[in-house]
Amino acid sequence: MALVIERTIDQGPPAASDLALVAKNVVKAFHASGKDEKNKRIRAVDGISLSVLRGEIYGLLGANGSGKSTLIRLFSTLLEADSGQVTIFGYDIRDDEMAVKRLINRVSVEASFFKKLSAMENLVYAGRLYGVAPAQSRLRGTKILERLGIDAKRHDEPLEKLSRGMQQKVAIARAFLTAPTLLLLDEPTTGLDIRSKREVQAFVRELRAEHDATILLTTHDLEEAERLSDRIGIVDRGKLVAEGTVAELLTNANVSTLEEAFMGLTGHKLEDADERSEPHAP
Amino acid sequence: MIARLSGQIGLAYAFVDREVALSKRYWAWELVWIVYGIVTSLSVALIGRAAPVISGQVMDEATLDRFVLYLLVGSIAWRFLGIVFENVTEVIAWERWEGTIEYTFMAPVHRITHLLGMCVSSVIRASVFSTIILATILLFLHVDLSQANALSALVLLAVGSLAFIGLSMGAAVFPMLWTEKGLQMAYIVQAVVLLVSGVYYPVDVLPGWMQALAVISPATYVIHGLRAALVDGAEISALWSDVWPALLIGAISIPLGLRAFLFAERYAKRTGRLKRSG
Repeated sequence: MALVIERTIDQGPPAASDLALVAKNVVKAFHASGKDEKNKRIRAVDGISLSVLRGEIYGLLGANGSGKSTLIRLFSTLLEADSGQVTIFGYDIRDDEMAVKRLINRVSVEASFFKKLSAMENLVYAGRLYGVAPAQSRLRGTKILERLGIDAKRHDEPLEKLSRGMQQKVAIARAFLTAPTLLLLDEPTTGLDIRSKREVQAFVRELRAEHDATILLTTHDLEEAERLSDRIGIVDRGKLVAEGTVAELLTNANVSTLEEAFMGLTGHKLEDADERSEPHAP
Repeated sequence: MIARLSGQIGLAYAFVDREVALSKRYWAWELVWIVYGIVTSLSVALIGRAAPVISGQVMDEATLDRFVLYLLVGSIAWRFLGIVFENVTEVIAWERWEGTIEYTFMAPVHRITHLLGMCVSSVIRASVFSTIILATILLFLHVDLSQANALSALVLLAVGSLAFIGLSMGAAVFPMLWTEKGLQMAYIVQAVVLLVSGVYYPVDVLPGWMQALAVISPATYVIHGLRAALVDGAEISALWSDVWPALLIGAISIPLGLRAFLFAERYAKRTGRLKRSG
């Protein structure tokens, strides 16, 4: 069952300059990792087309293994699609890879840092890679970390000594330090306690408002999708099965909660992990 | 053009700065590697010093000094080249272990700039380690450096670094393509180079097929030239027969290694290998 909610006609189609990200019929398949399935290819992303508007928070909602993280990795230039086309602010992700890289940043589910380096050292290093001078990185980094509730005296401690929640906040600080035009958040609050989760969510909204950033968020948290997203795309078995605002999704599925809409569209609960995922490399 | 170039140098410096910061944070491990290097080179030098006892032959002091220096040059030069090789080869494996590989490969940095930064930091690290090892050995043991030509030795080390960088970039492809076993493959390449390059003995004693491999190993020329410079005091002009083959290997292996690396990166992106875990 596919239910893709189009923009209403009176809004008119978005102008090209209003589009932050456009994916057209993107396909990505991997060889299965099971012993008996070596020659079998599994489509982790199966013909997904979507557009994200400039300044929008677009939530990709799906169970674990549904293909949403593969999609984010494709948009991050870490994977190459088998077919289809992706453009980010008009730049083709393959032909204009460096231009795309300058516009994006990503926060993944696992905070990826040099564990022995401090939060500030990691931020300064990241800043350099994106052309931000060290002094500027320290200044901006301090502000963002303090805004996220990380005390100044912890900024110079090795990352490995900070809690998981704090590490994830530093990851978010790192992404915003480089002022990305498109921020890809891959399950940024997974594993965080409720308080840290709320702080991160509030920060994401605040930064969108202040910095005109576009945010593509993947999550398997219904509440988070509802709380943060302007529009939600539901991904199931590598396909985009529905797209729209929360109100549109509820109306079209004729239900009263997002959870019911998800179940109605996919035929299973959000907690039920899809077994398909990227294989392990040899 | 100049602004662009200085921008790329600034980006490359980000990797040098990061490696220096990591060395400081991992100081205990750095100390371990330095002590290990000192002990290894000192042991090799002591084997040389004990040659008359081991062989039962009488050796005059000058011959013995020459033999000890011959071994020591091989040992320390190999330590230098080995550090360059390992650091560049581990560029993928290290980032994977830290969990930062995706972040680094997503950053708007040309791969050549990334590798340039890593190569420079490797040469700096190798130079610091080798100097400390040599200085410490000089404290423990009489080493006759009266004939040594330091300038010739430095030129050879610079040329050798270039040649080894090409080789290491090629070997760095293995961990990119084979997440689990790639680094082991790279170490086997390093072991074979050690065996055939005359690090502790002249290549003439090798079986014929190994001598063929010695011809294509840059370490063969670097170590031969270093011995001529440090043991016999050869001027750089007299070392051209060692310099040009090493330069030629560098001129071939650097573009080839870089091309292989870029190809492997593309392949890793197609097959989903560019991630922190296999």
